[in-house]
Amino acid sequence: MTTVSDTASTSAITPAPGERIGLRRPGRGERGGVLNVFSHAILVCWGLMVALPLLWAVMSAFKTDAEIVRDPIGLPDGLHWENFTTAWTTGHIGDLFLNTVIVMAGGVAGTMLLGAMAAYVLARYDFPGNRAIYYLFIAGLTLPIFLAIVPLYKVVANIGASFPWLGLNSYLMLVIVYIAFSLPFTVFFLHSFFRTLPTEIAEAAIMDGATHTKLFFKVMLPMAKPGLISIGIFNVIGQWNQWLLPTVLMQPQSGGEEKHAMLAQGLIELMVNQGYQGDYGALFAGTTMAMLPILIVYVSFQRQVQAGLTGATLK
Amino acid sequence: MRHGRGRFVAGFLAAPLAVYLIFMIWPYVQTLMYSFTSWGGFSNEAPFAGLDNYRQLLSDDTFQAALLHNVFFLVALPLVTILLALFFAFLLNVGGRGNRAGVRGVFGSSVYKVIFFFPQVLSVAIIVILWDALYRTDGQGLINFLLIKLHLVDPNHPLQFVNDPTPFLGVPKVLWWILIVVVWANVGFYLVLFSAAMQSISKDIYEAAMLDGATRVHTFFRITLPLLRDSVSVAWVYIGFVALDMFVWIFALTPQQGGPNHASEVFATVLWREAFTRGQFGYACAMGVAMAIFTLILGAIQLTATRRERIEL
Repeated sequence: MTTVSDTASTSAITPAPGERIGLRRPGRGERGGVLNVFSHAILVCWGLMVALPLLWAVMSAFKTDAEIVRDPIGLPDGLHWENFTTAWTTGHIGDLFLNTVIVMAGGVAGTMLLGAMAAYVLARYDFPGNRAIYYLFIAGLTLPIFLAIVPLYKVVANIGASFPWLGLNSYLMLVIVYIAFSLPFTVFFLHSFFRTLPTEIAEAAIMDGATHTKLFFKVMLPMAKPGLISIGIFNVIGQWNQWLLPTVLMQPQSGGEEKHAMLAQGLIELMVNQGYQGDYGALFAGTTMAMLPILIVYVSFQRQVQAGLTGATLK
Repeated sequence: MRHGRGRFVAGFLAAPLAVYLIFMIWPYVQTLMYSFTSWGGFSNEAPFAGLDNYRQLLSDDTFQAALLHNVFFLVALPLVTILLALFFAFLLNVGGRGNRAGVRGVFGSSVYKVIFFFPQVLSVAIIVILWDALYRTDGQGLINFLLIKLHLVDPNHPLQFVNDPTPFLGVPKVLWWILIVVVWANVGFYLVLFSAAMQSISKDIYEAAMLDGATRVHTFFRITLPLLRDSVSVAWVYIGFVALDMFVWIFALTPQQGGPNHASEVFATVLWREAFTRGQFGYACAMGVAMAIFTLILGAIQLTATRRERIEL
């Protein structure tokens, strides 16, 4: 890591012409004036690089395919809502959304509950094997998902042979798989969080005759709320972005069975299979419909989302 | 107070542990077991093959090229992402007008942060579709269209982006184009991360430095950056995991899911093809194990490096 930080600092010096300017101008009032203009110029550039492709996609969603080909950057000559209708009916965006929301609701809620239970017991109770179980969870942090994907497919297929409601293409199965793969980080994060909570309140509650279960749900969980919010946001974004697991596991097992695809999976299938070959307008419309709700939610809660995500990472 | 304690602990651990063991640990253990067989994936028979799969890995050119591509991302992705994120965080926090000591955001810094963070909340699928459209090779994609309008690109030879296997600095160009997409998608997050870390540094330190006559830029390089060490090394580990994976980007953005002509293969795409297209599950599992060993070695190097740093401090 030493070399890493060294390269980081040396190279960070190079792109800062403001440094020389700043040194030459010690005057209190104007210090940073030029640097300020320079900062805004660069920041606006990057902001445009992020925002323009998104705006372009939204704009293209209202164009006919002929318009998109003729003039990719011109404004649409009218609002072609039919792209949205096509995307909704042939792309099944509505179904994709519903499937994703169902699985995420179960996945995030289950991850939080099971993760908090495991982390709490491991953090506050001493028993033989405690460390071993903790490290077993931590080990999962270092393993990329696709290493396990082949046998996981087989495990799920085998379970599905006996219990179809837990097999491939089942919501409940995907919820449980999401929970399993979200547990390592959730346990790791909440473990350190439960450790920092004061012991006096827990002792007082036990003196008052609370059971361990009651103590957890009535006292410890409410106290851990900030940590739960952080890791909750982290899991929402992680499971929302998940693509490999549903792509492998949500495959219909017979011809007549409807595929319960997730949003990310469905959108990429549309693109890769070129179901919309030549129909860019509808693809952009589908993308817009998938993009806007999450952006609206994010902008409304941006402070919590940013703080939650970065907080979870730095723990 | 003692009674029911054991039952409580067991009851609370049972469900999480069962889910975790069955759906996560067991598949990993099976990866190891199947790697010694020539299992085809669809039958239940897995004939024992000893070390054959591992021997085959040593002479598999595609696999070895893929490994090199992962190494490319492992070096380039954290370097570019972290430098850009630090640079933007510097501009956001140090470029502010006014003469107060300490790290103060430029005007509108929270607006910048909201926008920069967009790619982080968008599904990877959406980013892939966007960039697929931006990278169109026929002059109708946004980038080619603009460059042709500006006369920077010959309309008869538009940029080929991810269709271009010719080398640039010894690495196929397609990988550089993919690198741009992944950096674009990740910079915002690390910028917010570094920015938060910068703002948590005590103002007293800056006030003391300002009294001693240090400029704003001075304090950034002498105080802020050294104190960001921990955040930077955390970021390095996280981006390292992205670089080892890269699956969705290569799979969805490049022609033939790793092309053109295997020019952009990474570990994960080769493994995927062996398992799900060629039905070589045993061999694919051996690749997975090789990958896990590779990851563990990197982890060990990382650990020793950090330990040395602590002693130095």
